[in-house]
Amino acid sequence: MPGIVQDKIAVVTGAAGGIGRAAAQIFAREGAKVVVSDLQEENAQETVKLIQQAGGEAVFVRCDVSKAADVENLIKQVVATYGRLDCAYNNAGVEGDWTRIHECTEENFDLNYNVNLKGVFLCLKYQIRQFLEQKSAGAIVSTASVAGLVGSKNAGAYVAAKHGVLGLTKTAALEYGTKNIRVNAVCPGVIRTPMLERMFEAKPQMEAAMLGFEPIGRFGVPTEIGEAAVWLCSDQASFVTGHPMVVDGGAVAC
Amino acid sequence: MSGKMQDKVVVITGSGSGIGREAALIFSREGAKVVVSDINVTGGDETVALVKAAGGEATFIKCDVSKGPEVEALIKGAVDAYGRLDAAFNNAGVEGDTQATTITCTEENFDLNIAVNLKGVWWCMKYEIEQFLRQGSSGAIVNTSSLAGLVGVPRGNAYVAAKHGVIGMTKSAALEFAKKDIRVNAVCPGAIETPMLNRIVKGSEKGYEMMRKMEPVGRLGKPSEIAEAAVWLCSDQASFVTGHSMSVDGGSFAQ
Repeated sequence: MPGIVQDKIAVVTGAAGGIGRAAAQIFAREGAKVVVSDLQEENAQETVKLIQQAGGEAVFVRCDVSKAADVENLIKQVVATYGRLDCAYNNAGVEGDWTRIHECTEENFDLNYNVNLKGVFLCLKYQIRQFLEQKSAGAIVSTASVAGLVGSKNAGAYVAAKHGVLGLTKTAALEYGTKNIRVNAVCPGVIRTPMLERMFEAKPQMEAAMLGFEPIGRFGVPTEIGEAAVWLCSDQASFVTGHPMVVDGGAVAC
Repeated sequence: MSGKMQDKVVVITGSGSGIGREAALIFSREGAKVVVSDINVTGGDETVALVKAAGGEATFIKCDVSKGPEVEALIKGAVDAYGRLDAAFNNAGVEGDTQATTITCTEENFDLNIAVNLKGVWWCMKYEIEQFLRQGSSGAIVNTSSLAGLVGVPRGNAYVAAKHGVIGMTKSAALEFAKKDIRVNAVCPGAIETPMLNRIVKGSEKGYEMMRKMEPVGRLGKPSEIAEAAVWLCSDQASFVTGHSMSVDGGSFAQ
């Protein structure tokens, strides 16, 4: 049986670890050629190596998603390497500082905005331009969060940016619906990623608190988000667009 | 590569036509043994024949989901046939009177919508979850809600109420059994080319055109597109997805 994204060209941002790495590996398992992108070259090269060792095809392109020139170059490199673009998973993100709104610095707000929201906007812009240039279908998934659906104490800037990702996703879906370009988002709950481990190292008491947030009684693993993102990019999701898919162990059903 | 539902046993209600029939074929394509259920025996038998013709395994059990004893017998029949239950797609539904407004809706129409579209899903979840617990196993359930489970629709009051209710029950069941590894989700189809939609637009091209215009993607969905979502949600690939209402609507709800 061929994979669900057989022979498609996929770009994954934030693919040096965590959810992005898992997604890149699943794209490859399902037959795609993968452009692995991140700021962190060493870990991203490790992702490329893991894919190649499993018999897949991947290359690394460095990109800071908050910089338009970087994102434009990323898409250009994808096309230069593999000739086209079919799928994109815009997953690069930062958690910033964990503070209440009155203590949140302007720098922290700007960092969240620049990477988590503007970064997704820039990716959508250059990816959709490429789809239109190819006159082809295309599928995009962006990483929002359950913090894109509900508020979360101590995360005002992150929550604002992630809510914004869902707004962008819906708008892009409507704008390009008749061009067969689908745009969706995944909303992870609490996933055991390097981002989460950093948070637990800084504030160990957070671990039990965050576990209490998960009705399913465990944290998610990066592959569980990766599977959702790859499925949404596949033709099996051909009538799904503008949708925030919640992958959260039931957290927002409460 | 084996299918994503390899050797699982699945029950699909309302699988004598439309979305349910496509789901039976796709569950089977992915390796599942399928219990096809419907009140329409002819349609159900046809679905079984289609699954078998494609090399799959299926059996038909007649069931009116609005009747508790029939649903109980359905689940017992599934276990008698295949030894266990792993997944369920509670998809049986009726549209009722699609011209009635809130003030012209009859009590019969209201009761019919609730009996099949809401209480039917409850009966199914009740007996399916009881079976998962009896097996001491994990399980996955997907219920067919609707775009009308998320937004209002003029002249659809009873249907809208029932489909909103499905989403509520889906979340409650998900929370109640999350720690037992029993996942419960819903799909929310937009306008899909089914026999039901054909009845709603009375087969008129003008009606179809109106429906297409409502879809941001400019076309109607196909039954297989809902079925793919239901099968994915039932698979282990969706192991962290529960209590979720997945819109499969060509962008309608994003508006």
